[in-house]
Amino acid sequence: MNVPLPPTNGGCRTAPVLKERGQREVFCGLTGIIWLHRKMQDAFFLVVGSRTCAHLLQSAAGVMIFAEPRFGTAILEEQDLAGMADAHKELDREVERLLSRRPDIRQLFLVGSCPSEVIKIDLARAAERLSQVHAPHVRVLNYSGSGIETTFTEGEDACLASMVPVLKDTTARELLVVGALPDVVEDQMVSLLTDMGIGPIRLLPARRIDDTTAVGKNTVFALTQPFLGDTHAALERRGARHIAAPFPFGDEGTTAWLRAVAAEFGVSEETFESVTAAPRARARKAIAQAAEGLRGKSVFFFPDSQLEIPLARFLTRECGMTAVEVGSPYIHDALHGPDLDLLPAGPQISEGQDVDKQLERARAARPDLTVCGLGLANPLEAEGLSTKWAIELVFTPVHFYEQAGDLAGLFSRPLRRKAVLQMEAAE
Amino acid sequence: MKLTVWTYEGPPHVGAMRVATAMKGLHYVLHAPQGDTYADLLFTMIERRNHRPPVSYTTFQARDLGADTATLFKASCQDAVDRFDPQAIIVGASCTAELIQDDPAGLAETMGLSIPVIPLELPSYSRKENFGADETFYQIVKSLAKPQERTARVTCNILGPTALGFRARDDVEELTGLLSDMGIDVNVVAPLNATPSDIARLPAAHFNVLLSPETGEAAARFLEKNHGQPYTKVVPIGVGATRDFIAEVAEITGVTGRPDESRLRMPWWSRSVDSTYLTGKRVFIFGDGTHVAAHARIARDEMGFEVVGIGCYNREMARPIRALAKEYGVAALITDDYLEVEAAIEKLSPEMILGTQMERHIGKRLGIPCAVISAPVHVQDFPARYSPQVGFEGANVIFDTLIHPLVMGLEEHLLTMFRDDFEFHDDAGPSHHGGKAKAKTEDAPVVPAQPTDDNVIWLSDAEKELKKIPFFVRGKARRNTETFALEKGLHEISLDTLYEAKAHYAR
Repeated sequence: MNVPLPPTNGGCRTAPVLKERGQREVFCGLTGIIWLHRKMQDAFFLVVGSRTCAHLLQSAAGVMIFAEPRFGTAILEEQDLAGMADAHKELDREVERLLSRRPDIRQLFLVGSCPSEVIKIDLARAAERLSQVHAPHVRVLNYSGSGIETTFTEGEDACLASMVPVLKDTTARELLVVGALPDVVEDQMVSLLTDMGIGPIRLLPARRIDDTTAVGKNTVFALTQPFLGDTHAALERRGARHIAAPFPFGDEGTTAWLRAVAAEFGVSEETFESVTAAPRARARKAIAQAAEGLRGKSVFFFPDSQLEIPLARFLTRECGMTAVEVGSPYIHDALHGPDLDLLPAGPQISEGQDVDKQLERARAARPDLTVCGLGLANPLEAEGLSTKWAIELVFTPVHFYEQAGDLAGLFSRPLRRKAVLQMEAAE
Repeated sequence: MKLTVWTYEGPPHVGAMRVATAMKGLHYVLHAPQGDTYADLLFTMIERRNHRPPVSYTTFQARDLGADTATLFKASCQDAVDRFDPQAIIVGASCTAELIQDDPAGLAETMGLSIPVIPLELPSYSRKENFGADETFYQIVKSLAKPQERTARVTCNILGPTALGFRARDDVEELTGLLSDMGIDVNVVAPLNATPSDIARLPAAHFNVLLSPETGEAAARFLEKNHGQPYTKVVPIGVGATRDFIAEVAEITGVTGRPDESRLRMPWWSRSVDSTYLTGKRVFIFGDGTHVAAHARIARDEMGFEVVGIGCYNREMARPIRALAKEYGVAALITDDYLEVEAAIEKLSPEMILGTQMERHIGKRLGIPCAVISAPVHVQDFPARYSPQVGFEGANVIFDTLIHPLVMGLEEHLLTMFRDDFEFHDDAGPSHHGGKAKAKTEDAPVVPAQPTDDNVIWLSDAEKELKKIPFFVRGKARRNTETFALEKGLHEISLDTLYEAKAHYAR
């Protein structure tokens, strides 16, 4: 019981996908640093890039986190490009200076950018060399967050994938839960699983390097975020097995996700019910209240974070909305398939972006709610469309039961606000 | 390679975007990878613009690099012209595209477009945002301005205001009114709200008003040299500067009309006795060169503050700011490293900072009030109300801006009198600001204070007394006392030393 039923008109897994290529109104993978540096409390993210990279991080962070953020940009200058300075020596010097100033840093990520990729600074070699210099106190890894290779949330994917090869080996049967979640949500998730008797539970990323995350052929892993394709592949290369499931958004998604994990660990139906019944009831009640303004309304997703497909599933099945178009930067069948199965047929599924063409489609459809990036939101509002900034969905706790009502609320608030504002004369 | 956490200026192509976004009928084709579109949100979110910036990004990816990014550029260019039908386009490269050397200018030239194509060379690895804006505006003016008859009436252009400028919208309005009072019409404002055909009309004006030297000086110089238009050197921010500006304009044009000063309240507000408490407040000023220079004069001559340090983040203004610092007898800080700015502020321990959003954060950390006077901008720097910086209304607005962060005069006295009161103590902060006053906690046992200078030690009585001094003057008292002790060759500061120093510095 309580297995989500596929829609009667069929799902979207086999629906034709509109693939577009053109101007993309999305962030690059560097942006993930904004939440990753808060999640991993002993990590520093050093972008090797240009002034543009530094400016992006500052602008995307919106409010500057002046409490010494654990990220920075080593800005390439003219002499670095002209070969007058040895980039590796320069990097060693900056890292030395940084680590001596911040003894609390235990893991350092060298993050590649568009310029560093184009001029081919070998950050893997640099990470290896710096690891030897600073071991055992500091572990140095590298990944690319460049816009030529990564779209927004793919930065987190690249970061987590870079950690997989250095995870300790284990033969123990363990559950590894993968994806950066706000601590409060992570604690809720761990407690639900623990109450079902599932364990040991390991987390990637762990909050600190000393934690005991390990991987091996008896590891099974579940993803909490739909953008972790490379991490998924890297874990499979280490012999771990993926538990495919819809993503834990809303009552239905959370239940299906937990059920897939519970089934893997042979949890009885009674135990599952007794652990999930109360939070499910709360989630349903909260969704019902928050979704009141969403019923019967249409929604259009611009591609942003790869959260679009699971969220469209939540909005259509649990909040009574109709999806017009669901755009995602990338679609991975292994990750998004279970959600596509449940998403009722009808919407245009699109992958990639040609923003001007997509804007034309949105204008023609005039959806009740458009989910899009910050660059598009105000211009569309000015055209009379209601919008929800997609980035808030990444920066706000939205996973699992206790946040399901908040998730619905994020979508209903713009519509409610439009309804409450009255500026005409009373007559 | 230089490690940077926060930057005062973006890359130069963001400067070009500030010009393109300010204008109408112009489109910017930017050779750039995915992700550089983040810059759109600066305009749509910070400035709350209701249009996307007129920028097409070619959005090349890793797999294109080995193949044909040049074709991608040409396709984007053609697409932008077809879709947006601009009167002219500017073409250029962001930092990554600069490395792949596709030569957007050459490529666009071969396309035989029917509209002017203005190429931009903006070196991303050596220059920054203000340079990018200044250079872009100059190239546009150079390409489009046409020799022509002067207008019959005395007219001027207002040069320099861009998108994301500090109060540019209201400054243009205030300045237009001021000039109109003098009997001078504005021919064209540019780049803000100008079209390429407006740019062509620039040489019809009799002279130029350079509102923002950071973003308009190269164009002003070009127009002076090639079209014989003199330009104003005084930026009318502050009462004195506005009066100087009026005199300068009269000198250039021979017009004798004088603007109405009846709405100018600032001088009386500053002379009013309730402002006495402002006298000699030690202020540190940092921002772009133009606003810093204007505010140094306002601070010293119009507010009666003591300027203890000035500096700017844009190296282009280093020379005038150094000269100004000399005149004020202080050191000039020319840097774009906010850690250096923070260190300088900490060392000087001013009672107030006039700075940017960066200094506001520094002030928050150090417990020093800060008024924001310059870009880089933040959503708060785009108020809904009319709040210019230039002209007489600008002077009124600045007076309010500068006193707002401070503890008000009478409150200052009350805090001094009742500093041991459990709720009206100095950690409570200015009463007109939000935030819950923290109830005073019991004094922790007094530990000997760490001397800020290696050579002096505070004895516990003196340290206790120092803590009784209200927070907004405590830093100054500590510094003065230590300087005094050092001058006297004392290595310990006692209660007597504290009060001797107080008497020594009394004014």
